[in-house]
This record gives sequence, C-alpha cells and structure tokens, in this order.
Amino acid sequence: MTTGEPLIVLDSVNKWFGPLHVLDDVSLSVGKGEVVVVIGPSGSGKSTLCRTINRLEPINSGTITFDGQPLPAEGKALAKLRSEVGMVFQSFNLFAHKTILDNVTLGPIKVRKEKPAAARERALALLDRVGIANQADKFPAQLSGGQQQRAAIARALAMQPKAMLFDEPTSALDPEMVGEVLEVMTSLARDGMTMVVVTHEMGFARHAANRVIFMADGQLVEDAPPAEFFGNPRSERAKDFLSKILTH
Amino acid sequence: MSVLIDKFDVFAGGFWLTLQICVLAAIGALILGAVVAVLRISPVPPLRALGTGYVNVFRNMPLTVVMFFAAFGLPALGSNADFLRIPGLDAIFTRLGTDLPYFRFALVALVLYTAAFVCEALRSGVNAVPAGQAEAARSLGLTFGQNLRYVVLPQSWKASVVPLGSVIIAMIKNSALIGFFGVVGDLSATADQLTSAEGYAFVPVAIGISIGYLIMTVPLGALLDRIEKRQAVAR
Repeated sequence: MTTGEPLIVLDSVNKWFGPLHVLDDVSLSVGKGEVVVVIGPSGSGKSTLCRTINRLEPINSGTITFDGQPLPAEGKALAKLRSEVGMVFQSFNLFAHKTILDNVTLGPIKVRKEKPAAARERALALLDRVGIANQADKFPAQLSGGQQQRAAIARALAMQPKAMLFDEPTSALDPEMVGEVLEVMTSLARDGMTMVVVTHEMGFARHAANRVIFMADGQLVEDAPPAEFFGNPRSERAKDFLSKILTH
Repeated sequence: MSVLIDKFDVFAGGFWLTLQICVLAAIGALILGAVVAVLRISPVPPLRALGTGYVNVFRNMPLTVVMFFAAFGLPALGSNADFLRIPGLDAIFTRLGTDLPYFRFALVALVLYTAAFVCEALRSGVNAVPAGQAEAARSLGLTFGQNLRYVVLPQSWKASVVPLGSVIIAMIKNSALIGFFGVVGDLSATADQLTSAEGYAFVPVAIGISIGYLIMTVPLGALLDRIEKRQAVAR
C-alpha cells in the first residue's frame, strides 16, 4: 500500500507546556498510505504529537510539513490544510446541537462549498459504510459511544482527507463497543488511507499497522514494524511497557 | 395617593420615555457587546487586547462618570451625537431626532456602559461550550467566523440568555440616571417634576415611579425564569 513518498514529516519538533518538555526533538516521517500506530505510557506526549500535525497544538521549534508544504500559521491557509487532515478525538466531539447527518455535511457544505444535496448523498453513503445509516436523523446524545465515534469518523471522511489522525479513538468507549470502531479503522487502513493512530489497542497495532512508534517522556524511543516491535523490543522502556500491558 | 390618578399622564409620559431609551439602549448594547465579545475571543492578539481594554474601561467606570463624559465630552469634541438621528428610527423614537442632544448623549453612555456587561455575559456562554466542539470545527477546516456561527454560538446562547437578561434589567434601572444629565421627562425625572415643582408628597410619587419600573423589569425577569425552566427540562 505504501508508496514511500512522505506525506507527513516532522523534523526536530520540540514543545513545552510551561516547564514540561512534552515533545523532545521528535522526528518522524509518514509515507502516503502508511498506517503508523503511536503507543506509550500516559503523559509520554503521544496525543500532543498527534495534535501538532494539524496544528491544534502549536510547536515551539522544529518543522512540520504536510504534503510538501510547511504548516501555515493561523488563518485561511491553515483552515485549508486542516480540511485535508481528518481528525478523530477520544471524546468524539460531535456537534451536540446538530443531527448526525448535519454533523457529517457541515464541513463539505461550509468549507468545500458543496451543494447540500450532493453532500447529503455522500454523507449517507459514508454513514452506511460505518454502519449507522439508520441513525442519520438522531442527535449525538441519542447514540451509543461506539456509534458516536463511527459518526465522527464519517464526519472526518466526508472532507475526503489525505490523512486521518486518531487521538485515542477507543479510550472513552465501553469495552463491547471498541470492536466496532476498530473494524471501521481497519477497513480504512486496508483501503490505503494514511493514518496516524494513538491507541492502547495492541491488537490493532499488531494487525493493522505498518509501523509502531513507541514514545516515552516526550521522546520517540522506538520505530519498528509491529512484528519486530512486539516480538523483539530493543529499549528497556519498551520492554517494561509491554510487560506491563501484555501480562494480563 | 390621588397624584397617581390626577397625574397619570405625567407618569405615563415618563414611562414611555424611559421605555424608549431602554429599548434603544438594549438593542445598541446587544450589538456592540456582541462585537466586543467577538474581539475578546478572536485568535488575533491585538483584537483581543482591544476587546479586553474596552471591557476593563467601561465595566470598571461608574455609569455616572460615563454619562458625564457623554454629556460634556461629546459636545467638547464638537459632536451632538447626530449619528443617532437615524431616518425612520427617529420617527418612532422622536427624541432621537430633536435638536436637544441630551437623549442621544444618555443613549450613547448607556450603550457604551452596558455593552461591556453584555460582552461578558456572551463570553460566559461561549466558555460554557466544551472546548472539544470548537476543536472539532477547527479540525474540519472551518474558519474562526464559521466556527462561531455554526458551532459555538448556537450552543452558547442557552448559557448566555439568563445572565444577559440580568444585564438588561440592570440597564433599565440604570436608566434612572438620565434625568440628571439633561434628559427631560423620563420616569425618574417625573419625581422631581411632581415633588419639587408641583409640591406633591414624595412617597406616593415614588410608589408611582416604582410601579413604572416594575412593569418593565418584572415581566422580563419572569420570562427569564421560564426560559431557564425550559432549559432545565431539556437537560
């Protein structure tokens, strides 16, 4: 699936939250069609890393380029870039005052200036793809967590993004709903979507990722194919982390 | 108490004038307050500073001082606030169009002062919308303006409406000051007229005036209670 051509490139990125060095000289390249899973203990900076890619978190130094262009400053150009990068949040963040269908069509209609009828048709097809076409006219609060997260994925896909960022998409879900969301993500990965996924789902990392990134204390500690990372982690930090999560 | 009946026309006239300036000031303050609120939450630092500066000045200055500035400062600058002689509007609110500028000065002061509080009420509503909503909108590529219009403001007004109502009620009561700044014949000024000039006892006159203010403020308060109850049910 991967073409090798880089789509997202981070070069020596540093970020501080006050005195806390959350991203410590992070460099990373994600190729077109590649699925990169970011794992690590909480507070390791993996969510922040994910959020810097569409500049929801500005960085203090270093560069980030997307599709050959450096990330622009706040303004129209940044809005355009964000419209090309889908984002899925831990807490879904569906627009609470809009129906599921309106959630999915808002971006295409207001940002891309698509005709409402065309946007609606594509939105319904996407909702069908994620298995919630019958929920289109409900409000977010009327859906289960798993359904909400699938709607959020459809909302991001409606912008026909070049890449998708997932910031712990299953961490707020009841266990029985994790599978349905991962299934949608796996099918996306199979279709060749470029994805950066911050997650604690090791099963997903094993079978859907091209590469696993392990982060600790703001640093990128390991970067390896999943079989290699899980079978033979090189760093002590990774061994320690894996022993803690895989023993039970 | 016969003054209430004998001088009903004076009370009614005062009520009508006070109602006029309150309606106009409420409209003006809501518009200006919304503009200042947008400045205060905008992503552009100089605009934010401008909005914050406005609120700091007008929220922290006594209304009397603002009125002094309007009544003495504007003429010193050579302005009779003629920009408020809005064609059409001055046909309904006749005092807007008169050559005596004090009604317009008082209106300017009330609007400037109240807008600072309107801004803060609107902003508290915006802050009540979870940050994730605006973040999701930004991640879709919505601009700041679209974000406000389609995502944040439609959800924020629910949290704003009750504090906004309190601001407007306070403004109606604050309007009692305008009689001291040259506006002849508002509801409060009728007290002076009836007691000092015509020798009526103060207490009955004060009761009449109180009734006038309560007719404006109590229904507004009741409306707010209703809105709040309906929201509680919806929640």
